[in-house]
Amino acid sequence: MAGSPVQVTGTVLTTRRVDAYHALTVVAPGIADRFRPGHFVTVAVGGRNTSMLTRRAFTVHDVKPDYGGTVELVFGVRGAGTAWLADLRVRDTLDLVGPLGRPFPLPRDPCTCVLVGDEHGSAALFALGDALQQRGCRVDFVLGAPSADRVFGALRARRMGETTTLTTEDGSLGMRGRVTDVLPGVIADARADVVYACGPMETLRGVTAVAAEFGIPVQVAVEERMACGIGVCMTCVVPVIGDDGVTRMLRACADGPVFRGERVRFDDVGTIPFDALGAPGGRHA
Amino acid sequence: MMADLRTYLAHVELPNPILTASGCGGTGRELAQFSDVHRLGAFVTRSITMAPRAGRPTPRMAETPSGLLNAVGLQGPGVEAFLERELPWLAERGARTVVSIGGGTVTEYTALARRLAEVSGVTAVEVNLSCPNVEDRGRVFAREGSAAAEVVASVRAATPYDVPVIAKLSPDVADIVAVARACVDGGADALAMINTPVGMSIDVDTMRPALAAGTGGLSGPAVRPLAVRCVWQVHAALPGVPIVGMGGVTTGRDALELVLAGACAVAVGTALFHDPYACPRVLRELEELLQARGFDRLADAVGLAHRPAGAQPRTRTDLEESSL
Repeated sequence: MAGSPVQVTGTVLTTRRVDAYHALTVVAPGIADRFRPGHFVTVAVGGRNTSMLTRRAFTVHDVKPDYGGTVELVFGVRGAGTAWLADLRVRDTLDLVGPLGRPFPLPRDPCTCVLVGDEHGSAALFALGDALQQRGCRVDFVLGAPSADRVFGALRARRMGETTTLTTEDGSLGMRGRVTDVLPGVIADARADVVYACGPMETLRGVTAVAAEFGIPVQVAVEERMACGIGVCMTCVVPVIGDDGVTRMLRACADGPVFRGERVRFDDVGTIPFDALGAPGGRHA
Repeated sequence: MMADLRTYLAHVELPNPILTASGCGGTGRELAQFSDVHRLGAFVTRSITMAPRAGRPTPRMAETPSGLLNAVGLQGPGVEAFLERELPWLAERGARTVVSIGGGTVTEYTALARRLAEVSGVTAVEVNLSCPNVEDRGRVFAREGSAAAEVVASVRAATPYDVPVIAKLSPDVADIVAVARACVDGGADALAMINTPVGMSIDVDTMRPALAAGTGGLSGPAVRPLAVRCVWQVHAALPGVPIVGMGGVTTGRDALELVLAGACAVAVGTALFHDPYACPRVLRELEELLQARGFDRLADAVGLAHRPAGAQPRTRTDLEESSL
């Protein structure tokens, strides 16, 4: 569980378009102070008396100390809620709760880390990259998306990373293909010790498989549909194998979003595995 | 002067009428990050089952206009883990805990009630009657007065005399008053309504049901008129029975609406997903509204909308005397 999340009514400081995405910077000192890489925030959309009851969860792209602390969110317009967010102007207010979730665990000693981001999932990687570099780690980026305008943060990754490999499915930027196609080469060249990944479930599953081949640990931040973000609604569950070998349906918001990749049963996401704790007719039932 | 917000579930006094709705407050730990659980009138747990339950596959949730469809499927650790890890934590923090129980058979409900009778820290037992009855082709107990009454009677018999039993009713019935009356005849000390009506949503992009389970329970402000109607009808028929009203309460005004319809306590559910501070906020707003209308006591407002048109608004329905 996150240290102590707070609810903040923050003022929008800047809005900008980043290729296919929108970015909002919001003044939220209480959240910025407590933020660790991997944390996420939820926002209420639609204003007062909204008909949209669920909060939208977003990874935090950047935290800055200006105005007591700001957070920047990056999102693509996918529905009425994100469309409302995209229409926000400077000086509008936004109801945020955060920081939520468990952050990325950081290595104790300097090592080589490959950071993999698919689409706007890569937004979460830059704060992580900063934290890793402060610990003397080498950071290599692999960023991908279906097309060039949906690759997020390529410039920043180039400045920050030892190497940066870009992939697009249509070949409009970097290599043609997916991040998982180039990942084995990057891991081998960098002699990576650990992989961190953010993005859609399918990508995380591929990244985990690659890391498993190399026998190195992989930390994934999962994206699952949430209603509350604080762990009460039980809708964002994923099957995860525990230390005791038992699969449990864990909440992506409160028990995650960061899990060890090899512990997440990606093949069974969207189902209740028959051997999960409490599965209907299962051995623990 | 502050209004007197104390309320009674049968003989149990609660310091204020705002509860969490079952399944909407997690284990209590999640909400405690935002506000103290002992400030609630009572904390209502998610429905506890005998064995651990993994629940339904995802997606479990779909947003609808002013509503939320969910099909979580009572995911939980089972009663033993609940008694070991969750109930003591709530007791330690001074929360009054209403334990919701769910089962597939009358025997299972009874066994749960017996197990709860062995421990301390249970303020009341809420019987979630919207569980499929495995012995009756999966029809929910709440659909029929006799099935509901059978569960309530057996839970009442297994529960200590000083722990009230609350029957939670579903609005998906032809005659909610008949089911309510059957539950009270079966021994229910109080009634809670409404559980979520069953709804469905289809994703027109994938052209498949939005929920993995197909159908789900609809909650949120979309169902509030339904809740007000149910509370109104049951309070009119059974004016002496305490009612916990719930269904789409997001503000103090919504809570007051249910109180005026006849609820002596109000549970906040889906609003917690939107605003983790919803309970203390609704309580504050309700208190302000009562004061603005000149009420000294919450009890004076309970069921007040039933007074005949033109009657003085200050008829005194004295719950404190009538309930003991």
